[in-house]
Amino acid sequence: MSTNAAADTTAPPFDLGAGWRLHPQVSVRPERFGALLYHFGTRRLSFVKTQTLLRVLEQLATQRSARIACVAAGVDAGQMQEYAKALAALAASSMICERS
Amino acid sequence: MTTAPLPLVEQFQYGLDSPICLTWELTYACNLACVHCLSSSGRRDLRELSTADCKAVIDELEQMQVFYVNVGGGEPTVRPDFWELVAYATAHHVGVKFSTNGVKITSEAAARLAGSDYLDVQISLDGATPEVNDAVRGPGSYATALRAMQNLADAGFPSFKISVVVTRHNVSQLGDFKAIADRFGAQLRITRLRPSGRGADTWDELHPTAVQQRELYEWLLDHGENVLTGDSFFHLAAYGQKLPGLNLCGAGRVVCLIDPVGDVYACPFAIHDSFLAGNVRNDGGFTRVWRSSQLFTDLRRPQTGGACRSCSAFDSCRGGCMAAKFFTGLPLDGPDPECVRGQGEPALALANAVSVPRPSADHSHRSLPGTAVPISIGRRPDRTCDENPLTDFSAV
Repeated sequence: MSTNAAADTTAPPFDLGAGWRLHPQVSVRPERFGALLYHFGTRRLSFVKTQTLLRVLEQLATQRSARIACVAAGVDAGQMQEYAKALAALAASSMICERS
Repeated sequence: MTTAPLPLVEQFQYGLDSPICLTWELTYACNLACVHCLSSSGRRDLRELSTADCKAVIDELEQMQVFYVNVGGGEPTVRPDFWELVAYATAHHVGVKFSTNGVKITSEAAARLAGSDYLDVQISLDGATPEVNDAVRGPGSYATALRAMQNLADAGFPSFKISVVVTRHNVSQLGDFKAIADRFGAQLRITRLRPSGRGADTWDELHPTAVQQRELYEWLLDHGENVLTGDSFFHLAAYGQKLPGLNLCGAGRVVCLIDPVGDVYACPFAIHDSFLAGNVRNDGGFTRVWRSSQLFTDLRRPQTGGACRSCSAFDSCRGGCMAAKFFTGLPLDGPDPECVRGQGEPALALANAVSVPRPSADHSHRSLPGTAVPISIGRRPDRTCDENPLTDFSAV
């Protein structure tokens, strides 16, 4: 299987102010450790390593911006950059995409 | 993340509620008789799952959110309901990656395949030249595979896979395989030869030498990012550097095998009663086997590591491949037969003095003119249903 652990990839800075959503071809499977994501288009698997990041992903499509989704999921200001990095990695592998 | 979660390898050791992916062999029937076939395929088994049985399994997989299945065989495309099952799976959000020798990948089939996101195909090829390939897979099999690749490329199928089992005779051709993949816009996938199925009889002559293993490791470090391995070379991580992937034996924890008659084994390379967890036709179906069978529960307990525990490389290779040990007669908590620290050779010498377990199921062709099916001692008697495997199958 091709693996791609979410927070481990280097990627360009992430626009927390924009609205984001899961890619329509991505399926999410909640797990004890967080979740598994599978992209049916790229056929890549990603591991979401915390419950908080899973909650962020669940909030993405309905919140005005990624930053608001993070806050709603319980991410505090001190953690925001770490979550931006994880989201950037997911954006780089097309697991999430910007809402137009 | 701020909270330091358990490393994924630790998480996966204790198993998941559903497999990440699983291998599903749809039939033991095959037009070929590869000398290293992991499932000793050839003849169809009369007890194979019906179309309705298969659809019931797919329903369960959908419910368990199994993202995709690796479909194989035998040659899965010779089942007359193959395309019907593929359509059913993809309509139920279970992606299908199937392995084929290419015999049914006509230009029409390739066009149909190119149209679906939920479908992936891998063509088996075990030599970058007809001589090397056909010695293992049988006369004409190289031409069949290349024709299938051409059809897929012509149909615009994006990035199909070329699947290579690495042997002593093709390890020097890795660059050539990559060139073939590049020529067709395909992706190369290389996996480890296991002493499973008919491979139990041919492993001694076919598995890479110690020197070749080292070369393979170096090659993977240089090319690993663009080459798929199914995580199968994690025993090589003991050379020092981790290879891309999980570097973990997922048997019964994150992967398993459903065989053509519905038996569930811990992994595709472990078709033996010792690794049989249950059958999908029994009460509770596949879900119950996965979640509560005794065997899988045992496999998810912390492993002892045994003789390997004191080795400095244990955290990298974790003792290697369970199936490779089992079918070479080595203890499961000892070194892998291809241990890169050289612990395999003496262990094998000791094991060869006693009897080595045989694969449980053998569906090999009794004879297939023109192919070199190795004769071995100790096979169980052929059963009465020894008929041409393709008799019941119509062309797609």
